Amino acid sequence: MNEPRRLSRREFLQLAGGGILVCVGCAALPGLSQNRWPRYPEDVDAYLLIGADGRVSVFSGKIEMGQGVMTSLAQMAAEELGVDLQSIDMVLGDTDRCPWDMGTFGSMTTRMFGPALRAAAAEARVVLSGLAAARLGVAPERLSVRHGVVSVTDAPSRQVSYAELARGQRLLRRVDAAAVLKAAADFEVMGRAATRLDARAKVTGEAKFAGDIRLAGQLYARMLRPPVHRAQLRSLDTSAAEAMAGVTVIRRDDLVAVMHADPQRSSEALAALRAEWDLPQEAAPDHESIFEHLAQSGAALTESAHRGDVVAARPRAARVFESTYRKGYVAHAPIEPHAALAGFSAGRVTVWASTQTPFPTRERIARALGLAPDAVRVIAPFLGGGFGGKSADRQAVEAARLAQLCGRPVQVAWDRSEEFLYDRFDPAAVVTIVSGVDGERRVAFWDFTGYGAGERGAAHVYDIPELRIRCGGGMSYEPTPAPQRLHPFEVGPWRAPGANMNVFAIESQMDLMAAACGSDPLEFRLRHLSDARMRAVLQAAAAGFGWKAAAAPSGRGCGIACSSDAGSYVAACAEVAVDKTKGTVHVARVVCAEDLGIVVNPEGARMQIEGGVTMGLGYALSEELHFRGGDIRDRNFGSYHLPRFSSVPRIEAILVRNDGIAPQGGGEPPITIVGAVIANAVFDATGARQLRLPMTAERVLAAIATAQRPGGA
Amino acid sequence: MPGPIRFTLNGRPVSVEAHPERLLLWTLRGELALTGTKYGCGVGICGACTVLVDRRAMRSCLTTLADVERREVVTIEGLARGERLHPLQQAFVEHGALQCGYCTPGMILTAQALLLETPHPSREAIAAAMEHQLCRCGAHQRILAAIESVAAPAAPTHE
Repeated sequence: MNEPRRLSRREFLQLAGGGILVCVGCAALPGLSQNRWPRYPEDVDAYLLIGADGRVSVFSGKIEMGQGVMTSLAQMAAEELGVDLQSIDMVLGDTDRCPWDMGTFGSMTTRMFGPALRAAAAEARVVLSGLAAARLGVAPERLSVRHGVVSVTDAPSRQVSYAELARGQRLLRRVDAAAVLKAAADFEVMGRAATRLDARAKVTGEAKFAGDIRLAGQLYARMLRPPVHRAQLRSLDTSAAEAMAGVTVIRRDDLVAVMHADPQRSSEALAALRAEWDLPQEAAPDHESIFEHLAQSGAALTESAHRGDVVAARPRAARVFESTYRKGYVAHAPIEPHAALAGFSAGRVTVWASTQTPFPTRERIARALGLAPDAVRVIAPFLGGGFGGKSADRQAVEAARLAQLCGRPVQVAWDRSEEFLYDRFDPAAVVTIVSGVDGERRVAFWDFTGYGAGERGAAHVYDIPELRIRCGGGMSYEPTPAPQRLHPFEVGPWRAPGANMNVFAIESQMDLMAAACGSDPLEFRLRHLSDARMRAVLQAAAAGFGWKAAAAPSGRGCGIACSSDAGSYVAACAEVAVDKTKGTVHVARVVCAEDLGIVVNPEGARMQIEGGVTMGLGYALSEELHFRGGDIRDRNFGSYHLPRFSSVPRIEAILVRNDGIAPQGGGEPPITIVGAVIANAVFDATGARQLRLPMTAERVLAAIATAQRPGGA
Repeated sequence: MPGPIRFTLNGRPVSVEAHPERLLLWTLRGELALTGTKYGCGVGICGACTVLVDRRAMRSCLTTLADVERREVVTIEGLARGERLHPLQQAFVEHGALQCGYCTPGMILTAQALLLETPHPSREAIAAAMEHQLCRCGAHQRILAAIESVAAPAAPTHE
């Protein structure tokens, strides 16, 4: 582990350019620290600078990938500081300027980082009020702050602005005690719908993504890629590429790259490489046999919950239900493929990269190049989508290595085929649930066994007396050596990792039991729920939808599902139409209700609900990777089908007010219920239980045929 | 190399010394320094690289310089009038019709092509025109609402 960089106070102020700088460590906020590796510049998690022009800069290692934290973090700072939202400048994802951060994932920005930022802003207000008190000659208690102006409460003409107070100051204030944060009832900026701060730059084309940054003399690199994972390069002839004007060929260890000042020329040079490959000889699962492979992998099961004795409960149950649910691999498929630009200056390399993890990426680049971490600066400009897929950052290391090798700035921008080849997919998974009901139509026991998806979302809040939850072969966040690999290629975190599959299984099983008991699926769920937050979101979704009680299948095509994730609770009702001769599913309407504690930006929260529901339609209905072993067959959007305008239903987002708890995660929870709510609606329409995602027309037809056979489910 | 290729870009004449088969996408993003036009898939499926050529939406990843010779090209940078946003841009801001923003230039220009041909399309016609523009963040519903607000008969025009 490298020695953390320690900046002196003087360096720190110079770095920030003067003014008043306020820092806060999460250590001051017990239970909220995300900073497991305290370092740079001390153990500071947030800081903000009030400049002599009155503008406030907020520095955060988080990044903006569409989820809206640029705006919601600014709202939090503006609220606690007492300034207008428009006077905040966000400085995000720059390892030289921002405090250390482990990365932007897990719906943690608002939950974990938000409190630190609010504390820093609240403390800054105290500092500024103290300066104002001295300037105005009154006690700080007699002052109030609005719009960045401190005034004497009973003599408002006596006032001084933050800009005037900051002028000529070089003040560094470190917060060590938990600041008193504003109560929700006093909010003026938080809790109100704010227009995204990044909207204008994004509609004019001014917004810069990693591939949009330019350095003088830069080259565009294309890398030689294997046709399939684990192929070995047998021979390579680069002579034709080297004969092309302006082309540089670099071959170093596993890295084979062609470069040119024009990206089209570098692609032509790549096509001119003559490579022969030895393909791996391996017994390879494909997208159909993968489920048997997973279930028979012998992956060790870890028990994450245990109540009573499910084995003994089984023979006592009035009815027992055993179902196995499956879901294939799903791609992240951001519209922006991975890109990075690396350039050296005075022995340091700066890398602009589309990454969710600028600080860990800095470490990876430093290791790969044999540099000290201080000699590497990573800047994450706007990301064109991430969804968990931009955290390995192979492209950033490639760009930095090539810049080091050729002595010029190098851009690496993957094409769509590389984006699919090197995606770390949402894993295929198999979940088996054995459950039973007693004579009073209550769920008596629940035995959950999952392979591939991991533990997230495998727990639930239903009141079931005897229960066991076991998961095996959960995903690893670090690359795994091939022999220990459960999956034939890398998998990784994908928006609410694992929860989409686990919630699909849980909520399908609850639905199936409700139907078998002749109960309305909403009423059946509520009967097993004492958790007030879950009851509230279910009832809000049902009320917004106009849910009418009926046992499924009613033929109407209405479904319901709920889950809790990232500290939030979410429920949805959906209405679908199924063409029973073709098997196609048209989703007409989704009403989704969410309790995410205090809502920072209601408009941003609604966007995340709508976005999660829309993206979720992909894994529910159309998205599934085709492969054989390491041969990734889908390499573009022609065969891998994202949701389109024609597939998007009317989506209504309901925010269930809960100001009693701090803001919780918003980016991930809504997507976790989409597979389940659509599957349950399809069951209601057809009487056919859907056990596999995505629910392609072919599978829906097959399920309908099974259901129509005597004894079919 | 053949002589320069001339076309109109965002209302101004430009002349590019390049091979006629050179792709418009890389010309815009390279020597013309207009990076608002994005690469997404390279094969004309996703629509992130959409520009207007003689008022029609074209995929710049499949369009050569020869294709645009003596024609009028408009990119996302050419829509606003100084500080004043184009009504579609303004509507996208007001409706929150974007998240990551990467597909946004292609969305706006595709919508502009539709409105140039059909000033007041129905919601169904808008959805049909946008069908081949991909968005991964799930802003679809707001994108339709934003375009619909500009397509309404009483909506303000840019000119």
